[in-house]
Amino acid sequence: MTTVDDVAPELVESFETTIGHHDRIEPRDWMPEGYRRTLVRQIAQHAHSEIIGMQPEGNWLTRAPSLRRKAILLAKVQDEAGHGLYLYSACETLGVSRQQLTEMLISGAQKYSSIFNYPTPSWADVGTIGWLVDGAAICNQVPLCRTSYGPYGRAMIRICKEESFHQRQGYELLMTMMRGTDEQREMVQESVDRFWWPALMMFGPPDDDSPNTAQSMEWGIKRHTNDELRQRFVDMSVPQAEALGVTLPDPELRWNEERGAHDFGAIDWDEFWTVVKGGGPCNAQRIAHRKRAWDDGAWVREAATAFARRSAS
Amino acid sequence: MNQTHDANPAHEAGSVYDGLLAGEADGHWAFGTSFEDPLAGVDTTVPEGVDPGDLAGYCLMLGDDALVLSHRLTEWCSNAPDLEEDVALANIALDLLGQARLLLARAAAADPAVVPALPDGSPVPPEDALAFFRDEPHFRNVRLVEAPTGDFAATVTRLFLCACWRLALLERLATSRDQVLAAVAAKGVTEVTYHRDYAARWLVTLAQGTEESRRRTSTALASLWPAVDELFGSHGVEPRMAAAGAGVDPATVRADVDAVVDQVLAAAGLERPQVPAMSGVRDRTGRDGLHTEAFGHLLAEMQAVARAHPMGMW
Ligand SMILES: [Fe+2]
Ligand SMILES: [Fe+2]
Repeated sequence: MTTVDDVAPELVESFETTIGHHDRIEPRDWMPEGYRRTLVRQIAQHAHSEIIGMQPEGNWLTRAPSLRRKAILLAKVQDEAGHGLYLYSACETLGVSRQQLTEMLISGAQKYSSIFNYPTPSWADVGTIGWLVDGAAICNQVPLCRTSYGPYGRAMIRICKEESFHQRQGYELLMTMMRGTDEQREMVQESVDRFWWPALMMFGPPDDDSPNTAQSMEWGIKRHTNDELRQRFVDMSVPQAEALGVTLPDPELRWNEERGAHDFGAIDWDEFWTVVKGGGPCNAQRIAHRKRAWDDGAWVREAATAFARRSAS
Repeated sequence: MNQTHDANPAHEAGSVYDGLLAGEADGHWAFGTSFEDPLAGVDTTVPEGVDPGDLAGYCLMLGDDALVLSHRLTEWCSNAPDLEEDVALANIALDLLGQARLLLARAAAADPAVVPALPDGSPVPPEDALAFFRDEPHFRNVRLVEAPTGDFAATVTRLFLCACWRLALLERLATSRDQVLAAVAAKGVTEVTYHRDYAARWLVTLAQGTEESRRRTSTALASLWPAVDELFGSHGVEPRMAAAGAGVDPATVRADVDAVVDQVLAAAGLERPQVPAMSGVRDRTGRDGLHTEAFGHLLAEMQAVARAHPMGMW
């Protein structure tokens, strides 16, 4: 392992100057091992989230109630596979292969966003996920377009564009259902009731309980703290919920004139940690699904490799 | 909540979405998703000498083939052997779904009598009434497209067979006297050419890959082959549409399709299976609304939400 002590001081200085100027670090540049490790962990977790995130909405693909919605949903879930691809590629520039990363996901050595460990029992969840989950993802990810590692930042620019489509499509889905029957309106409210708090948890633990944040911000990997981003998301969602005609399930949610921001109720961090540690409603199912797809596809990947080898010789 | 609403900083400048909404109409979005009415702006007059009922029946046949095959391909989403295949199969499913929407909308415009009746005031558009509220005997797709998805070898083999056949039909339909059919076919030729090439590449790769992949591929070919004969049967409507210069009699494309299939099978080192064709029931097959057992399950799943909300807006 390369530590700062073993390397020429001008390399360290050049790294720190690049970070200080908010310029990009590129794959061939020298970087501290801790920086590389933090990036691999963050990008891999992000890539895995895209791939696992295909499941909760994919759950509704074969039951979409209109052909137009079916096309929109299929295009969205396909985008998520594409996001996974870009991010795995960005990770490969740091010396870890997609195969290794997939194996770490399946073995539980690497995590993905906990939001996908919640089930989608209702068609309205397709809209709510677009609105709140893609919405929270955008809040988290837009600042990452300026992240210090070049391949990651560039992947994020492309991804964020598509996430904004998803968010608007989801919101539009809910808006359309709200103009429909009473039953449809109830479906939307019920879905928002289930997803609001988990969406707030997507920003991660509160700042005083987030040990990696300071170093990540110093390295320019992260640009805002969890609580800052969470506050932004709440402030953004309140008027959207109002326009939609749904009630956010938080009696303590109100505008605070002094802070110029919304106050909101306490998040159930016990639930958050339960889900992170594997005890959520769908943790086992999501990993089993991914493992089955990967294992079932092994003979296809082997065939492709064998065929390519034969064609090359 | 009114004042608080206006005071929300995210409401004015500085929203995280700034700069993301620029290229709004950059053509990124799926074909057929941007219009409420898939035939908006297209001349839907039925040409002289074409029977509207025949035109509708014919569009249902080609539309149902695309709808059902698209549905089966969609089942791969998040289950494919690798991410590239997840993306590719979803792409193909989207192309076919786009074709299905246009063809079902065309059927409804040509002869509204084919659209199932819904309660008064129902906002369900005709394409959705046809997809979600028709009972099994009214679906006109061939049985090959409805067979359960099976493994990846079965998927690429079926896709290959279907694409060779559909491409031959669409190439001829591009000169249909019906403007809508001609436009759908012209666009579809490009799409289905890609589907055929994608499937043919995989078929050869799997047949020439490992022992296991070869075994799976020849098993898939043998199990799908009995349903191939049905692709070339003529079902009343088709010869009449062909005679009116608006459709294609599938019996006339057999030689061309055989040639392409044989060429790819030769490259793959596979033989044409020697298995009997799957018969109909008293001569009725998919085009007549006689389907396989698997199809009822597909429809039950596909139609469940829509049918629970006949007054629903989606
Ligand atoms: Fe994504
Ligand atoms: Fe997304």
